[in-house]
Amino acid sequence: MSALNLSVNGRSYTVDVEPDTPLLYVLRNDLELNGPKFGCGLNQCGACTVIMNGRSVRSCVTPVSRAVGAEVTTLEGLGTVDNPHPIQQAFIDEQAAQCGYCINGMIMTAKAFLDANPNADDAAIRRALSRNLCRCATHLRILRAVSRYAEEQRA
Amino acid sequence: MSARSRSSVPSSGQRRLRADGAVSRRTFLKGSGVLVVAFSLAGPARLGAPAAARAQEAGAAQSLDSWLAIAADGSVTLFTGKVDLGTGVETALAQIAAEELNVPFGSMRVVQGDTAVSPDQGRTVGSLSISQGGLQVRKAAAEARQALLRLASDRLGVPADALAVRDGVVSVAGDPSRTVSYGALVGGRRFELEMTGTAEPKRPADYTIVGQPIPRLDIPAKMTGSFEYVQNVRLPGMLHGRVVRPTPQSGATLVGVDQDSVRDLPGVVQVVVKGNLVGVVAEREEQAIEAAKQLRVTWSDPTGLPDQADLFDIVRRTPSEDKTLAASGDVAAALGGAAKLVRATYEFPFQSHAMMGPSCGVADVRADRATVWSGTQHPHGLAKDLATWLDLPEDAVRVIYTEGSGCYGRYTTDDAALDAALLSQAVGRPVRVQWMRHDEHGWDHYNTPMLFDLQAGLDADGKVVAYDWQSWSARHTGQALLGDQTGNWVIPLDPVFVGDDTPKFYDFANTRYVLHAQDRALLRYGNNRSLGAMLSAFAAESFMDELAAAAGADPVEFRLRHLSDQRAIDALRAAVDRAGWDTRPSPRRDASRTGVVAGRGLALGEYGANPQLGHTWIATVAEVEVNQDSGEVQVKRMVVAHDCGLIVNPDGVRNQVEGNTLQSLSRTLFEEVAFDRSGVTSVDWRTYPILTFEDVPEVEVILIDRPDVGAAGAGESATIPTAAAIANAIFDATGVRLRRVPFTVSRVRAALQQRG
Repeated sequence: MSALNLSVNGRSYTVDVEPDTPLLYVLRNDLELNGPKFGCGLNQCGACTVIMNGRSVRSCVTPVSRAVGAEVTTLEGLGTVDNPHPIQQAFIDEQAAQCGYCINGMIMTAKAFLDANPNADDAAIRRALSRNLCRCATHLRILRAVSRYAEEQRA
Repeated sequence: MSARSRSSVPSSGQRRLRADGAVSRRTFLKGSGVLVVAFSLAGPARLGAPAAARAQEAGAAQSLDSWLAIAADGSVTLFTGKVDLGTGVETALAQIAAEELNVPFGSMRVVQGDTAVSPDQGRTVGSLSISQGGLQVRKAAAEARQALLRLASDRLGVPADALAVRDGVVSVAGDPSRTVSYGALVGGRRFELEMTGTAEPKRPADYTIVGQPIPRLDIPAKMTGSFEYVQNVRLPGMLHGRVVRPTPQSGATLVGVDQDSVRDLPGVVQVVVKGNLVGVVAEREEQAIEAAKQLRVTWSDPTGLPDQADLFDIVRRTPSEDKTLAASGDVAAALGGAAKLVRATYEFPFQSHAMMGPSCGVADVRADRATVWSGTQHPHGLAKDLATWLDLPEDAVRVIYTEGSGCYGRYTTDDAALDAALLSQAVGRPVRVQWMRHDEHGWDHYNTPMLFDLQAGLDADGKVVAYDWQSWSARHTGQALLGDQTGNWVIPLDPVFVGDDTPKFYDFANTRYVLHAQDRALLRYGNNRSLGAMLSAFAAESFMDELAAAAGADPVEFRLRHLSDQRAIDALRAAVDRAGWDTRPSPRRDASRTGVVAGRGLALGEYGANPQLGHTWIATVAEVEVNQDSGEVQVKRMVVAHDCGLIVNPDGVRNQVEGNTLQSLSRTLFEEVAFDRSGVTSVDWRTYPILTFEDVPEVEVILIDRPDVGAAGAGESATIPTAAAIANAIFDATGVRLRRVPFTVSRVRAALQQRG
């Protein structure tokens, strides 16, 4: 075990864990941040996605040591029920979920992608999300929510 | 929008409090003025045979198992054990109660599925939540409103029929100054009502809340990371467990465990062995995962699955009990006299629920009692099973429903909850177990595979004069908890209910429907979305298309020749009108034999066989493009007309119809559980691919609202016609008939090559 300093959602934390511990378990179990989810542990589904230094990463295969010195944002860091981030509001407006288990990955992946590619069209958004899986098959609502957010950002 | 409450509690302080004390209806409501109506969500309604069997499967009690409470502050609480499962049922039931009571939607809250708070209502299965539960909520709320109006009549000194209610406030008609609120009528007193059945529910024409696309109660929390999933439950002193099983479904049993192999790993608390169940418990989650990886376990040789290629030969040869589901006229004679005979065999394999979040349970088992947090579809059934496994009295086990990942039938058995309970019992501390991805894909209870031999005769006018249906299937319900089982997947036959859902809605002159019902399958099997309805509709509606082609008829026109149910006809017409259906026989004659060709296909589905609660009718048109060089199928557009009777929440139904359509598209094109002689080999998202954003077509949903018919299910109905609609579209485009799901690129390419 070693003490590691993390910066998550603008707050500083010190955690005492093995440096190769996947970031996901530290976020969920030590910091009690429930946005990122365990889906596969294999970098295949995207449910665990967080934003690290502006880029979306899969926290299930990212060693916590790689997050040292980086700024990590989770779904909680974007907004709350009372004060949602515009992309969260777009998902609420489009009622873009059923079980919602995958949604963390959808929102975090889409946000990082659109921050870097504000003029992305629908086809590019689909490609950007193509490695995020949804089993309830709310894909069309998710696409509408992301497009709505993209348009609002451009407006 | 509303105070929202779950029995899975939001803060750890509250969680501790609740975990320590059993909460009954009486204590939950104690100390405040309240008016309570107790009722049964299952209802006293007489059910038709299949629905009765389904309700029996659901363990539906005839006792008073739910209640609706109006408090002195005007808030309304609906207690149910019917769990939401991410389908929006919670919001819809709250709409129904608010509507009948004439209270603002925002004053509603719903408490679900805690065995100590809400009594047994059976499982959330078969889309019965709204069709059955909604009806009972409506009656109970009408009963409460009638009682409140009686109180108001006494208070205001006018007859009840001279009163009106708006937003929870009763006023004298024509004198708006004389009012009294529901809260004031309840005051500090306590009223317990029984259902008299005399309260008249509102007329659908007067609805202002039911029928509205009210946003779902759970969505804001889900979008912001604050929703309480079962995966998020954390208890003081909680440990993490993982279970180590042999190659999935290989039949191998435990020979030995080398405990020393993990002795030096950090955080390991205990290795637990019970029968064939091997588990590791550690302080931290990643430590439990590592220990499960490192633990040296010796298993016996696999008992040997057959080659996957032999699956349907084995289904055909498995001993069966032959049930004649329906018969009319003389099929043999009519087949003999037919102008044209058509025969075909269809096959539908094992498919996984493939939940995004693997099964997860949290258990706190003490010497004399247990508390378990689970995403189960049947909290009370799970509590009973756990009591047996843990050797505790039934009332010493409390199951707290806490929503998990979308499950589509997977959580009829919550295996991880049992794993957590057994590990917790062994270590004497709370344990959380989340299955790994390979556990979830490998040890799922898949849908039962089905095989169909169909035969029909056409007369000279192109009408079906004989229809002979034979199907092979094991039960689509009822798998027991996994625990330490390793194989031998047997579920005793149910005398009434197999769940094959054979469609019988066309008017055919001479018919015979025979089901070869079986009690075993090669792999673990049980409830999967729509049970056998999607599988049976794939066969029935593909075959209908083959018959239309043999008759040289347009597929829509051919179906209409044999249909008399007006709702079925309306759904069919609605879908083809919207799609802009190109009326002509299939396959299209002008198509090239190379490159990309387009086609359109149609299928009709019926869901639910309860005459009192109504049917759902679904008509789906699929438009596809087939790349004849590669074998790739792209579905470009799906048009779905959906009639589930009264619509409680149109956006909720639309969400379900879209989701079911696309999930079943995924099942149709991509999904099949793979196995070899050593066990199941499709154990992650690479070996069991599902649909991605790049595969998603446009889906246009047409909702047909029938307020006079009563709400039927929408939670799985649109799954039913998809496979046949796509098969029929591929046939239309290419002339190739695919009779085995899934239509993978290699399978389509092989079929195209055979065509030449």
